[in-house]
Amino acid sequence: MSNEKILTSRGDIIRYYTYRIILAGLVIIAVVWIALPFIMTILYALADPAQYYDPHVIIPTSYTLKHVNQLLILGAYQATINSVIVALITIGFSFLIGLPAGYAFARYRFRGKDSLKLFIVALRMFPMMVIAVPLLVLYFKLGLADTLVGIGLAHTSMALPFVILITSSIIAGVRVDYEEAAMVFGLSRIGAFFRVTLPLALPGLTAAAIFTFIMSWNEVFIAAVLSFQNRTLPAFILNLIAGSTDFIKFAGAFIMVIPALIFVFIAGKYLVRMWGITLK
Amino acid sequence: MTRKSGESIPLSIKISNYVPYLLLLPTLAYMLFFIGYPLVEGVALAFFDEQGHFTWANVNYLLYDPGSLFWDALKYTILLAAVIIPIQVSVAFGLALLFNAKFPGKNLALYTVILPLTISDVAAGLIWYVMLGQYGFFNKLLMDLGVISHPIIFFGIKNMEFLAIVMTEVWRATAIVFVIIFAGLQMISHEYYEAAEVFGATTWQRFRYIIFPLLLPSLQAALIIRTLFAFQIFGVVWTLAGRDIPVLAGEAYYAQTTLLRPGVAALYALIIAALSVSVGAIYIKFFKAKYLEAGM
Amino acid sequence: MVDVHLRGIVKKFGHTIALRGIDLDVEDGEFVVLLGPSGCGKTTTLRIIAGLEKPTKGKVIFGNRDVTYLPPRERNISMVFQSYAVWPHMKVYDNIAFPLKIKKVPKEEIDRKVKWAAELLQISDLLDRYPHQLSGGQRQRVAVARAIVVEPQVLLMDEPLSNLDALLRVKMRSELKKLQRRIKVTTIYVTHDQVEAMTMGDRIAVMKDGKIMQIGTPTEIYHKPANMFVAGFIGSPQMNFIDVTVSEEADGLSLVSEDFKIKLPPDIAELVKQYTGKTLVMGIRPEHIYPEGFAPSNVKRTVKISGVVDFVEALGSDTIIHLNTGSRIIVVKASGTYHTNIGEKLNVELGLDKIHIFRKDTEEAIL
Ligand SMILES: Nc1ncnc2c1ncn2[C@@H]1O[C@H](COP(=O)(O)OP(=O)(O)OP(=O)(O)O)[C@@H](O)[C@H]1O
Ligand SMILES: [Mg+2]
Repeated sequence: MSNEKILTSRGDIIRYYTYRIILAGLVIIAVVWIALPFIMTILYALADPAQYYDPHVIIPTSYTLKHVNQLLILGAYQATINSVIVALITIGFSFLIGLPAGYAFARYRFRGKDSLKLFIVALRMFPMMVIAVPLLVLYFKLGLADTLVGIGLAHTSMALPFVILITSSIIAGVRVDYEEAAMVFGLSRIGAFFRVTLPLALPGLTAAAIFTFIMSWNEVFIAAVLSFQNRTLPAFILNLIAGSTDFIKFAGAFIMVIPALIFVFIAGKYLVRMWGITLK
Repeated sequence: MTRKSGESIPLSIKISNYVPYLLLLPTLAYMLFFIGYPLVEGVALAFFDEQGHFTWANVNYLLYDPGSLFWDALKYTILLAAVIIPIQVSVAFGLALLFNAKFPGKNLALYTVILPLTISDVAAGLIWYVMLGQYGFFNKLLMDLGVISHPIIFFGIKNMEFLAIVMTEVWRATAIVFVIIFAGLQMISHEYYEAAEVFGATTWQRFRYIIFPLLLPSLQAALIIRTLFAFQIFGVVWTLAGRDIPVLAGEAYYAQTTLLRPGVAALYALIIAALSVSVGAIYIKFFKAKYLEAGM
Repeated sequence: MVDVHLRGIVKKFGHTIALRGIDLDVEDGEFVVLLGPSGCGKTTTLRIIAGLEKPTKGKVIFGNRDVTYLPPRERNISMVFQSYAVWPHMKVYDNIAFPLKIKKVPKEEIDRKVKWAAELLQISDLLDRYPHQLSGGQRQRVAVARAIVVEPQVLLMDEPLSNLDALLRVKMRSELKKLQRRIKVTTIYVTHDQVEAMTMGDRIAVMKDGKIMQIGTPTEIYHKPANMFVAGFIGSPQMNFIDVTVSEEADGLSLVSEDFKIKLPPDIAELVKQYTGKTLVMGIRPEHIYPEGFAPSNVKRTVKISGVVDFVEALGSDTIIHLNTGSRIIVVKASGTYHTNIGEKLNVELGLDKIHIFRKDTEEAIL
């Protein structure tokens, strides 16, 4: 072949790069479609109203924190803190209660296991808003109405099935031999869990905790029904926006978007990877 | 479990038989108290008056009161689900296939696409309120480009509000469908479709014979989850359209907080639950139950 | 069929460089084996030939056509994947039939060919099963069957027999080789197993760290290794490497090690003259060292070395003797009938015509 000419087909090269360009174009469209609303929300929420109402200014040039400050003073600041507290309570309770159950599903065979698991899966699908209204009646009796603990407990019941299913698949993903080896070398079952299984499962559990946080952080119906003064951020904003000006609404959007960006920044990898774990 | 004598071994084994149940006990107790009891209480609220007598009052309100938007709410809830879910699933599927290819900057693109996963429906509603308002980005851009001469009004007009809700929901909740399908796709070994390619399969044949059948469980899981959650649609509708577009969850919220009629609110909630359970049952009949485990 | 050429193939995965410039010419109908340690880039080379990976630099040429940008399905190839890639949702039959279905082969012919391939690989009983109901070795045979039912231009096989038991492996080796001869398909075959490489390959390309260290017929690779890596990688037990200094004495050149001295005949001396005073590495295979008196009659020139037996491995057909010559161990492969004991003093003869000499710095062969 050394004396023949090698035919490089331009068609092949053009076709190859055409595919690459189409791929790049589609990715760019997807990214812009998702990202643009976030970016514009941030820009418009901080825009000078004069520029916002000028139809020819698409990208504002002068900015103010006035509206965001106004919203924070109206209670958004406190509501944000409330949201964090509720989310932490939710993580605490749902892992305290759910982790042992997840462990049982992952490591033991017992009678009724499949039906119990199916029951929990079904609960996962069950609309939790059903419990909000009756729960309020109960909370009045218990003195939990309009308390952060009350909302946290309700969110726990929402998060619990998720936590159980995901921790069980994470723990099942840590090979039993590791735990058994630890027991052979003198640890108790509980000791083996804490010294071997838990550290290995930690990245997955962290992901699950972050997602639990986000679930609670974003839940609005139950929180809005169970509270009147001590509202979480979405409940506070939901309640506030009904009669407020556009700029307060924009500021509301802004305040809720910023934590989302932080979540993805610190936990993006986990948020994607976790679903692989659940699917096992 | 110490083993001091021979006899204690059977006992310890006996105890260890109960360990899984003991581990599950807190969960079951919690569920009973926080889900079981409220559910019973919910039925009581909906069908019994304060004296504990059975009453049709809430049902009658729902069906016959001129102020009740029940039928509209039911219609719009189902209509929204029917419009949104097919779009979401196909867009998410396309995205997942797209992100299965290798390209530079993939992680950054991926994190951007899952951003909506981390915001509440209220926030999503507000974000699109910013985008679609009379002076919103969308209108300004189109006017500046000369596509339109007057801003398109989205809010206050029913059909346009419906459109805005569909756009927002597709934007917001496609991420969760995407993540489930993408995770499923990631777990299919690349070599399965590479092998097909080596043996001469076209892009369509690879999709049809390899990727699609292997991805079916994830697809079904995503479909079930989205459908059930679609019946709970609330935050987006409430922020963008209020009661212009009534939905079941919105009516429940309205009955509870504005009408102060917990019985009606509870009834709405029970209807959502009944709808979910029956659709869930239909899905389970069609798909295998194990797929349910897959999703969130 | 077609000839395959790689021209300056470089492949980077992020910061890792998997291939550092591969040039390979495979003739039409030739059977070339890629041999090398784990991670040296064998699979990557195959995937680039298949078109599953784009090279960072370089060209893939089939015949006189540059196929670098051609998608795999248009290359008319077939492949056995290292991890089999037997589709889990198809029965064995459908897995094997798939490539034919894609090519729109008539049903009866598909059936005939699937049965033929299954017969050849002894999986006829498994056609109705799903892959998860098979053992690793059975799955591997399905992958091989799937690759041979089509008649490709180029057949790529990535360790296709690695998971089979010794007996079946030997049988499959000859079956595959016979099949390849019959249909004269250009074949590139990856393996770890040097016996497989030696018995099957028309030529062998020995790879290391993303480079081809030497390419040649099995005899060339064995008898004329181009460098210390190839010399050490081929052959079992491994070739003995001994540091020696070239020293000039009254009666000519000698190779001097700590434990012995080898006086060089003029023909060899000529080759190493320029290294006088420098250190070189001498290599000699264990099978070319004989216990005193056991050298075959055709081995004329030998050098005597003495030592103490340190360790003996009796393998039945061979006896491997580890001989302590003072400061180092030299491995000797004697016939299985030869007997010696640990601690015994032993004289061995080194076949002078079988020694290899390498430069210490570049590890390239001088002889
Ligand atoms: N997709 C990839 N991403 C990053 N590095 C890779 C990738 N594929 C291969 N490599 C690296 O390239 C090098 C060559 O890999 P390759 O799979 O070709 O080795 P191999 O010779 O087939 O090894 P083995 O005999 O173990 O199969 C290795 O160092 C490997 O880690
Ligand atoms: Mg390999």
